[in-house]
Amino acid sequence: MENKGLTKVDLIFEKIDSKEVMVKAFKMSSAEIIQSMLDSGLKGRGGAGFPTGLKWKYTAAEKSPEKYIVCNADEGEPGTFKDREILDRASNKVHGGMAIAGKAIGAKKGFVYLRGEYRYLLPKLMIELASFHKMIHEIGFDFSIEYRMGSGAYICGEESALFESIEGKRGEPRNKPPYPTTSGVFEKPTSINNVETLVTAMMIIHHGAQNFIQYGTKDSRGSKVFSVSGDTPTPGIFELELGMTVLQFVNEFGDGDTKAVQVGGASGFCVPRKKFAETIIGFEGVPTGGSMKLFNSSRSMYNVLHNYLDFFTEESCGQCTPCRVGCQQLLKGVEKVKKGEAKSTYLTELVKLADTMKIAAKCGLGQSVGNAFKSIVGNFKEEIIY
Amino acid sequence: MYQVGNFVKKLSNKHGRERESLMPILQAIVQKHNYLTDEAMVEVARELDISAAEVYGTASFYTFLDTQVKGKYIIRVCKTITCSMKGKSDIIHILEDMLKIKVGETTSDKQFSLIETNCIGWCHKAPAILINEMPYTELTPEKVSAIIKDYMHK
Amino acid sequence: MINLRINDQKVSVQEGTTVLAASKKLKINIPTLCNHDDLCVAGNCRVCLVEQKGARTLIASCATPAAEGMEIHTNTLKVRNARKHIVELLLSEHRSDCTKCYKNQNCELQSLANDFAFGDHVFLDLVEDKKYNIDRSSPSFIKDDSKCIRCQRCVRTCSELQYVSAISVANKGAHQKISSFHDRPMSQVVCTNCGQCVNRCPTGALVEKTYIDQVWDAIYDPEKHVVVQTAPAVRVALGEDLGYDPGERVTGKMVNALRQLGFNSVLDTDFSADLTIMEEGTELLVRLKKALVDGDKSISLPMFTSCSPGWIKFIEHKYPEFLPNLSTCKSPQQMFGALAKTFYAKKRNIDPSKIVSVSVMPCTAKKFEADRPEMRSSGFKDVDFVLTTRELAVMIKQAGIDFRNVEEAGYDTIMGDSTGAAVIFGATGGVMEAALRTAYEIVTGREVPFGNLNITPVRGMDGVKEATIKIEGCVNAWKFLEGVELKVAIAHGLVNANKIMKMTREGKAPYHFVEIMACPGGCIGGGGQPIPTNMEIRKKRMKAIYSEDEHKLLRKSHENPDVIAIYKEFLDQPNSHKSHELLHTHYVERDNF
Repeated sequence: MENKGLTKVDLIFEKIDSKEVMVKAFKMSSAEIIQSMLDSGLKGRGGAGFPTGLKWKYTAAEKSPEKYIVCNADEGEPGTFKDREILDRASNKVHGGMAIAGKAIGAKKGFVYLRGEYRYLLPKLMIELASFHKMIHEIGFDFSIEYRMGSGAYICGEESALFESIEGKRGEPRNKPPYPTTSGVFEKPTSINNVETLVTAMMIIHHGAQNFIQYGTKDSRGSKVFSVSGDTPTPGIFELELGMTVLQFVNEFGDGDTKAVQVGGASGFCVPRKKFAETIIGFEGVPTGGSMKLFNSSRSMYNVLHNYLDFFTEESCGQCTPCRVGCQQLLKGVEKVKKGEAKSTYLTELVKLADTMKIAAKCGLGQSVGNAFKSIVGNFKEEIIY
Repeated sequence: MYQVGNFVKKLSNKHGRERESLMPILQAIVQKHNYLTDEAMVEVARELDISAAEVYGTASFYTFLDTQVKGKYIIRVCKTITCSMKGKSDIIHILEDMLKIKVGETTSDKQFSLIETNCIGWCHKAPAILINEMPYTELTPEKVSAIIKDYMHK
Repeated sequence: MINLRINDQKVSVQEGTTVLAASKKLKINIPTLCNHDDLCVAGNCRVCLVEQKGARTLIASCATPAAEGMEIHTNTLKVRNARKHIVELLLSEHRSDCTKCYKNQNCELQSLANDFAFGDHVFLDLVEDKKYNIDRSSPSFIKDDSKCIRCQRCVRTCSELQYVSAISVANKGAHQKISSFHDRPMSQVVCTNCGQCVNRCPTGALVEKTYIDQVWDAIYDPEKHVVVQTAPAVRVALGEDLGYDPGERVTGKMVNALRQLGFNSVLDTDFSADLTIMEEGTELLVRLKKALVDGDKSISLPMFTSCSPGWIKFIEHKYPEFLPNLSTCKSPQQMFGALAKTFYAKKRNIDPSKIVSVSVMPCTAKKFEADRPEMRSSGFKDVDFVLTTRELAVMIKQAGIDFRNVEEAGYDTIMGDSTGAAVIFGATGGVMEAALRTAYEIVTGREVPFGNLNITPVRGMDGVKEATIKIEGCVNAWKFLEGVELKVAIAHGLVNANKIMKMTREGKAPYHFVEIMACPGGCIGGGGQPIPTNMEIRKKRMKAIYSEDEHKLLRKSHENPDVIAIYKEFLDQPNSHKSHELLHTHYVERDNF
């Protein structure tokens, strides 16, 4: 397996003349923009990792007079805060990336769905947006952006739930197919991209796809922003080249006593110390939307698991059986085992349930609840039982 | 005289009367009144020509669209893992002490409500809280005490 | 056409067909729960999951369109395990007191449990931890959240079919529930009591409020004289709960069974349906005269029918400005009730305080209607207890009556006679057809110009139907209607009623007379009818209704001998003072939430 080591990169927060990049992009054809995304190998930075070029290609291919670009700024995964930082420091590139995506797919309108927890950013973002609209008007490209606010619902980060929320409804994920590229917000073809993805896309236009593929590995091109927290002397936002091992990451950020790293938030995977060296952070190993949480040996992994399950029990939208009831059963189940009211073998039944949730839940979030459960129970069984 | 009906009408004129206008309207009501009264929800239902149960159903999906009485300052203490690890319970204790209420309650003068919330995106500066929309981070009981005293004098 | 394979069998289906429907074509049965033929796809319960070759997850067959080259397996180990888990999960949130439950043996969750989750359950019982609410406030039904499995059929019914949305999904996660506006009691919200949700609830979370015990008590009370009336739509559906296929007419057996149950007199709502035609038809003609001849601006047109109590409550909540457009006629049930404790009591020389008046209705809203304070014009509660079709079936079973082998019998006299015009009240368009049969004849002296009296333009399942009848050759008294094109419309299902009301509000409803029934298909599809009710079944019941009409000797309300007699002996004439006292009512404005 390729291993690139730990390299800090400055792409997302690099100062650029966004007007210049947009002008450059608008001189390209839609197909050329999409091709550079495909060439770059960029995969979505929200966590799911769908190839951005393909998403744009599919949306571009739809014959509809109305299409939308939606920027997913509903960053709710525990341990993720990089999009807040990007919006705070580089919103011009978020808006610019949306315009470029608009050009690529043929959309004249974009929505930013910003989580309610980040409302304090809004005044600043409105000023930035006004200058963006002025700029885009000067360039002579027909594109505008509207902000829509979330109001405290983790599930709205799921793309179709986010559309429902923009449409003024409960944020409940839809049945798929149809996928957003055919029927997204307001049932129109929609490309929905994460904040960081849009900025990265703009930087790919700026530096060229060839520059981008120098970074990262075959399956995980480029660099990405990591949100580092937990037991670390240096919590914060770091842009790193993809392809490092968890061990290299821990050597940089750990406190010398790291026993586990939760990669990808509550819906991600728990990597124990013994697997640090062999686990690559990226699509060939453990994927992440950026959340990296370190735990040292003073932490109870039962508490960690309990906290995550409590989170999911509250934040499940509640519409489908496996997720709504499954989360409650996992939570109550580990509580019973911990208290000694259920046998430790009951964990095996719960792992089976987690497997069912993975294949039976309606949406990606319900399907990923089992990730943390299985990897924590699998690696720290004693801590759960005793 | 101020009437919630007029306010809702004004909001509907501003945001429109389509279903997609529902969230912005409810959010604006909460910004002004801290929570959604039954009366306000009925008015919204009337303006948007949807059922009041649907307005309630939608609002109750979203943690920040409260339908129970809330104070002028809503303190949301993050309870997710990092904040939990980094002293969330100390923060809760000092808040409960100062405000003389428990989590989930509102002070009798309707100034403060204290609730727990899920990850607010400040894990690197845990523990963190939101007071209305403003984040306060890297908190210690002393810092919290100073912040709340400030709000008490606002 | 789309070609796919299901369990290694080839099948071709139209584009847009779901995997579930494609499986049905192959006679492969996939269990479902949240799915209902009348409603949009939800894909929530996940019971219908199947395995698609190459897919990362299982797919919900109800929500996934068939695609070219798809390979589906419906019974793999993966599917079976997941399905068992899902049914057990549902059961863990559900108060499984099956033997005490009104829906015992008529519960879709129970039958899934039978098939997939027998034996020991793995999961913890979550019911005790939840503060479930049981709402008994409505006179029509009980909403028991501890039985609710969140399939959202009721929510979809209330919004898609009825445009009421008295209930919605509230909260999220573990706290998600089906709720009225801010958890108010169902009796205090916009609910029309139509019971369509009750009819679609797969469990015991929504059931009609039963009055079976009260009725038995009355029957066993030697002091009481218990009369029962049966609505037109009951006779074409009751059989379904007693072992017959949908669409079987069981009128005669039902009458005999009721007699065996011990009712003192078995009478027919059809009688008062005929009476309704006399009253309502006259009211329409009077309104037309006042509007067209006298130029009386205070007359409200179109005139709306008033037989359907779900519809009445709908307009009271949502379009109160049009209450003057409602016919003032009580529904047939309430006309009957008012007469049972006056006219009937007098005829039979019975103290009306000793009479217990029971009705059997395809409807849950009728329970509410009977409770309305306006419905006491006899000086007593005009109708004491309302039973649904389903409740009657329960009573017949309780009494050990072998329904299949019961001999057919006829209704008792005095308010027992009826015509074909009355029986078609049970289907959408029926009241209109019955009214036209009589009104046209009063005005022109001739029968309606339709073959065999069948006014086909007003029949059928279209949501909104329109018809125009030119009135020609009027008799002298009605000359002012000469050449008038009478415009009528019919809507069933409140979502369709709402379309008419919107048009009316916008001044775009050019009608003189509009028939509205709250339930899809009219009363044959009522909320109190046997479960399941769906389009296929409604059509069969409808066919049976029209066949009942065709088999009647008399098919025009004004020819009903009991009706002729009651005007002669008691009421004087349609819209008389006495009629107004007993047979007409008024309406109240209600809150729209």
